[in-house]
Amino acid sequence: MSAMWVATLVSSLVCYILKYLGYAIPESFLANPRVQRINTLIPIVLLSALVGVQAITNKSEIVFDQRIAGVAVAAIALKFKAPFPVVIFSAAITSAVIYNWL
Amino acid sequence: MSLSKAQVFRDSMSVALPVGSYGIAFGAAAVANGFSVIQASLFSLLLFSGASQFAVVGVIGAGGSALSAIATGSLLGFRNGLYAMRMKPVLNVHGLKKILAAQITIDESTGVAISQEPRGEAAMRYGFWATGIGVFVFWNLFTLLGAFGAQALGNPSAWGLDAAVPAAFLGLVWPRLIDKRSKLIAICAVAMALILTLVAPAGVPIIATVLLAILFGWKPKA
Repeated sequence: MSAMWVATLVSSLVCYILKYLGYAIPESFLANPRVQRINTLIPIVLLSALVGVQAITNKSEIVFDQRIAGVAVAAIALKFKAPFPVVIFSAAITSAVIYNWL
Repeated sequence: MSLSKAQVFRDSMSVALPVGSYGIAFGAAAVANGFSVIQASLFSLLLFSGASQFAVVGVIGAGGSALSAIATGSLLGFRNGLYAMRMKPVLNVHGLKKILAAQITIDESTGVAISQEPRGEAAMRYGFWATGIGVFVFWNLFTLLGAFGAQALGNPSAWGLDAAVPAAFLGLVWPRLIDKRSKLIAICAVAMALILTLVAPAGVPIIATVLLAILFGWKPKA
């Protein structure tokens, strides 16, 4: 089975188990304030890391190309509280224009 | 439908439709990162948690191993377990209903349910199910649309899909950056991931930033 199938099926299974466990286990463990604090920060660090890696790396190198311009435009759109589809489209259009014509 | 039920339903759908429509970005991102349309759809049917789904395809797309992709996606899915704990006494579900409730326990269904608290527990339950099912249906339809669309487009860079994926991550993290401290932590995470990219195998730089979450979350903020 390819890595992609493994990633698809196993991550789905683990994420489902995590959801189910909340209904199944006693409340004391996850109610621990330290677990709660760390859990609040986990999406911040992982999603930020993904922004950086997806925008300015290629394999094991730092690469500045059309993607960073797209992400910069997305940041501006977010700053102006644009809805999610507008954010994504403005990033894609910026990046595509630079890729194709510059 | 009673008046209050209609109000809860309206609240639920006003969340479910826009959130579900983000599925188009996920479907496109999955295909742009080399996944098939079927795999993209399975993510939305079986995993059904936006940030985790984007993370798994993002890590694989960056050349990471299946293991690092699964670990990253699972850590992002951890919070759904906390939501489940919050919803458990409200829903009081058993058997098949518990199995189904678990699958739709996500940011939006929990958020709408909690927002209905002043209207009572029945409204909370109704909001949870209506939002969860609504997001599930729209998210899956739009995933399929995005995946087929991206497949038809071909070269992801020519259509800007290579920037759409990091922009989606930015859009997901943005509302969580609520104060100076969270912004500082986000900048540290980007810096750490970029530095590690130069030396560590793909996928590791992303998951390694969990150390920052542990470090900053260990003690209550001063």
